[in-house]
Formats: sequence, C-alpha cells, structure tokens
Amino acid sequence: MASTTTHLPPRPELQIDQGQIRRDMAARRVGKLFTLTLAPMAGYFFLWAPIALLVIFSFNDSKSLARWEGFTLQWYANIFNNVVGGDATFSTSKMLEALETSFIVGISATLISTVIGTMVALSLVRGNFPGKRFLDGLLFLPVVIPEITQGLSLLIFFNAIFSFVNGTTGLSIQRGLATIVIGHVVFSISFVAIVVRARLADMNPRFEEAAQDLGANAWRTFWRITFPLILPGIIAGALLAFTLSLDDYVVTIFMKGVGGDTLPVFVFGLLKLTVTPEINAISALILVMSTALVSISLFFQGRGSGRVGA
Amino acid sequence: MAMNLDLSGSSSFNRREKRKGFLLALPAIIYLGVFFVIPLIFVFIISFMTRGSGRGDEGFYTMPFTLRAYQDAVGAIYGPVILDSVWIAFITTVFCLLLGYPLAFFIATRKSKARQQFALFLVILPFWTNFLVRTYTWRIILGNEGLINSLLQGLGLTSAPIQMLNTDFAVLVGLIYGYLPFMVLPIYASVERFDFRLVEAAYDLGANDWKAFWRVVLPMTLPGVVAGMILVFIPVIGALVTPELLGGTQGIMIGSLIQNQFLKSGGNWPLGAAISGVMMGFVMIALMMYAGLTRRRS
Repeated sequence: MASTTTHLPPRPELQIDQGQIRRDMAARRVGKLFTLTLAPMAGYFFLWAPIALLVIFSFNDSKSLARWEGFTLQWYANIFNNVVGGDATFSTSKMLEALETSFIVGISATLISTVIGTMVALSLVRGNFPGKRFLDGLLFLPVVIPEITQGLSLLIFFNAIFSFVNGTTGLSIQRGLATIVIGHVVFSISFVAIVVRARLADMNPRFEEAAQDLGANAWRTFWRITFPLILPGIIAGALLAFTLSLDDYVVTIFMKGVGGDTLPVFVFGLLKLTVTPEINAISALILVMSTALVSISLFFQGRGSGRVGA
Repeated sequence: MAMNLDLSGSSSFNRREKRKGFLLALPAIIYLGVFFVIPLIFVFIISFMTRGSGRGDEGFYTMPFTLRAYQDAVGAIYGPVILDSVWIAFITTVFCLLLGYPLAFFIATRKSKARQQFALFLVILPFWTNFLVRTYTWRIILGNEGLINSLLQGLGLTSAPIQMLNTDFAVLVGLIYGYLPFMVLPIYASVERFDFRLVEAAYDLGANDWKAFWRVVLPMTLPGVVAGMILVFIPVIGALVTPELLGGTQGIMIGSLIQNQFLKSGGNWPLGAAISGVMMGFVMIALMMYAGLTRRRS
C-alpha cells in the first residue's frame, strides 16, 4: 500500500505526450539528415559545382562569362587557330611552347624524385638505422612548409652559389629549366616516398625472405621480387610527382630564369591580365588533362592493394 | 650446432641489411639537406642583413647584421598584413573543419568498400586537378558580371552588382575551396579506423547522440582533426595564388608581400626574408602544438 502511494505522485509526469515524442523524433531525424547527409552533400556540391560550371561555360556562345547564350565550340576552335588571349602575348604557339617546357621539367623532376623517393621509402620500411625518425620528420616538412618559403629559400641559395661561382671562376650561370627541376624534386620526393611506402607496408616481407633463402642476393631479390610487387606504387608516385610538377606555380616563378615559362606561369598571366572566353576552354582542357593523370595514378594506387602478400 | 650457425648467419645478415637501409636513404638526405635545409638557413641569415641594391657588383644583401628587416616586417606597413593572413588562415581552417568533418564522416561510414573508395575519389580528384584553374572558376562565380550577381539581378533582388571579387570574402571562399581536401583526408583516415561498437557502448550507458559524438567519437578522431588543421593552416598562411587571383588590392596576404620583395624590381631581400621568418615562426608554433598533441596521445 505504502509503495503504491509513494509511486502515485510522479504518475502525471510519466504520462506520455505522443505529439512531443513525435516532434522529438522528427527533430532527431532532421538533425541526423542534416549532419549525416545534407552537410556532406553540400561539401561535394561545393567541391564540384565550380568545376562543372567552368566546363559548361566553356561551351557558352557569349563573350560574357556568366550568362548562358547557347552552345558553341568557337572558343575551342579559336585555341587551335592560334587565338588565345586576344593579342600576341598569349598566342597558341606560346602556350604550346609553355606546355613543352612543362613536360621537359615534369619528366625530369619525375624521374629524379621517383628514384630518390622509392629508395628512401625502402630504407624507411625495411631498414632500421639511427636517425630514422628524424628522416621521417625531414620528409614530412616539404609537404607542410608553405611553398613560397621553399621558393624564396632556393632563390637566395642559387643566387649566393651562382655569384660565388662567378666570383671565383668568372663563369656566369643563370636560373633556368635546371633550377626549376631542382625545386620541383624537393617536394616531389616526399610525395613519392609517402605513396611507395604505403605500398611497401602492405607487402609481406616473407616473399623477400623466401627469395633470399633460395639464394638470391639483395640486388636480385629487389629486382625479381620487391620491384614487381611495389611497381604499381612506384607508378602511382611517379604520376603524382608529374602532376605536382605540371601544376606548380609558386616554386616555379622563383626558380625560372628570363623566359622559359611553364604552363602554369603562362596560364597565370593569362588569367590575371585578360578576360576572354578562350580562357574557359583552355582551363577545361587543362582540367581534363590533370583529371586523366590523377585517375590513372589512383587506379595504380588502388590496384591490388590489400592483395599483396596476403 | 646447425642452429647456432643459422642464428649467427642471420644476425650478421640483419646488420648488413640495416646499413643498407641507411645507404638507400642517403640520396634523399643529401638532396633535402642541400636543396631544402641549407637554403632555409640562408633565409634565416639574410633576414638579419642589410639591404643591398642588387645592381652591378653589389648583391641584394650586405653587411652589417641588423634587426632592421624584422622591425620593418612587424611595423605599421607589413605587420597588419601578416596578422590579417594569420587570421584568414585561422578562419579558413575553422570553415574547412566544419565542412570537412561531416564529409569525412560520410565517406568513412559508407557500407561497401567500393562506395567508400568512390566517395573518397570524388574528394581526391579535385584536390589534384590544376589549382590555378580551380581558383579561377571563382572569378566566374563571384565577379561583378559573374554568376551570383547575374542571378541576383535577374531575380530582381539587387539592382547593382554586389562587390565580392577582389575582397577578403573572395579570398576566403577560394582558400576554403582549395584546401578542403587537406582537411578531409586525415579526418577520413581516423574515422575509418574508429571502432563504432564504442558508440553502441555509449548508447547502452545512456548517452544521447550529441553526447556520444562529443565524448566518444570526437576524442577518438582528434588526431585526424589536428593533422587536418595543420595541413590547412600552414600552407594557407603562405598562400599566393588565391589572394593574387581573387583578392585584388584588397585581399593582400603575406605571400604577395614576400613575392614583391624578391621578384619585383626594387625589392628588399632582407625584408622579404624577415617577413618569411615571422611567417615561419607561426608555422613552427603550429607544428610544435601538433607534435605536443600527438606525443601526449601516443
């Protein structure tokens, strides 16, 4: 009896308000919808809408950059007819020259950074030497330190070296393609090392041990076992290095000599100084090119990962 | 007997392997030492030197050592721009976090591996495509005759275009856009490793959604959040392309100041080096906070 009386008073509060619960559940569902679905969708929209707009407006039949007037291929045709920016400063032949420079720089930087980056990745995963953690930190720095600091520090460095050489031997060296390549290799090494290292970490070291048990020396083990297994990682790293080099503007402007513009330097001048519809077409073409490169790189990074040495 | 031989053989083999590991690292150590570490030391030294004319035999910097460049760097002309850049970098980081966390969470919680890969691919792809061109697209969107203004005027909401391009606002939008993937990737990595049974445990112990997130999910994914914040904050302080293309004369950041000192005629190299030195000070503070946080957790 006593227990029922003590239980009685709170009873009215226990009465269930169905409407309130439904409202609470709705609020919760709205909250979940917002944080778990709408917010990420907004993120994707934010990332992709500008790219889509650019491609759409590259087909816009109007000098205006933002009002849709109909479909045309005129701007693409103009690029192939040597009109890019309205005057001779930005001709198609100049652009192709810049593209050629970019490819020469990109291929050289990629070859050097892929070799050095792969070697250091191997040493970090398979080796164990004093200072390994320090090296790890050193490799991380070029990825995070502002590019402009890397650019100006190399400018100061080469300026000092070149004037020293000039003072002692009388030789006059100028900045040019070689200095651009040197600058690009600095940050590319780190990215190659990160990608190859991830691949190596996935690989079972027993394959290498087995090869050595069967009498292969280290050199032969590397080329017959390790290299084929991490090759997709190396290719992915190399393509990323190439993309980075092809994309770089900041380090390049500090490292380039007189003339010798790369594609980003040319495009930057174009974007800054002129407003012509051809820019949208060129930009769309560049987007297609870098998208293709990255897709191939990601394909190689994903290929067989998790299967290696499983 | 045979076993003993085997052991000694393998241990000497291992020692040889360890030395070999170091030899493989040597090219990278030498390369980064010569073309990364030494140049940074040069910047440090030159930031304490006196400006030279750069004409004829005279270099861009001379003796004696002085603090003049640093006084100028934090003085009335350049100091505010540096503070402004740090502030913009901070705001960019906050917005990237607010946009990036739900996105990373979404990617990491896809049901199948293939869907997860695809969701991730959609973030990585813009990240690697040409930065200049991606930044340029915002000129089409934010310009006085751009998409937003045409839309607003077309709907009759405004009569004159709203000035968005060539302001801090445009720079901020461009930076958030450009650096968002830097935030998403590390957070994704930590959410992906997170054991969601812990959330169920929190529910069983009476936590609601908010509490489960705040007390369990967020602390466990904090290393990714901190890494993302570092990867956004540091490069954004020194951003050059975005403020140059979207900021005009209004939205100047440290990057343009530094570039002008080195690449325009009449530049002041020690001043450029000192501005860069002050910027690196902020970078170092951020990196040390990161190192401190990760060490405490591990």
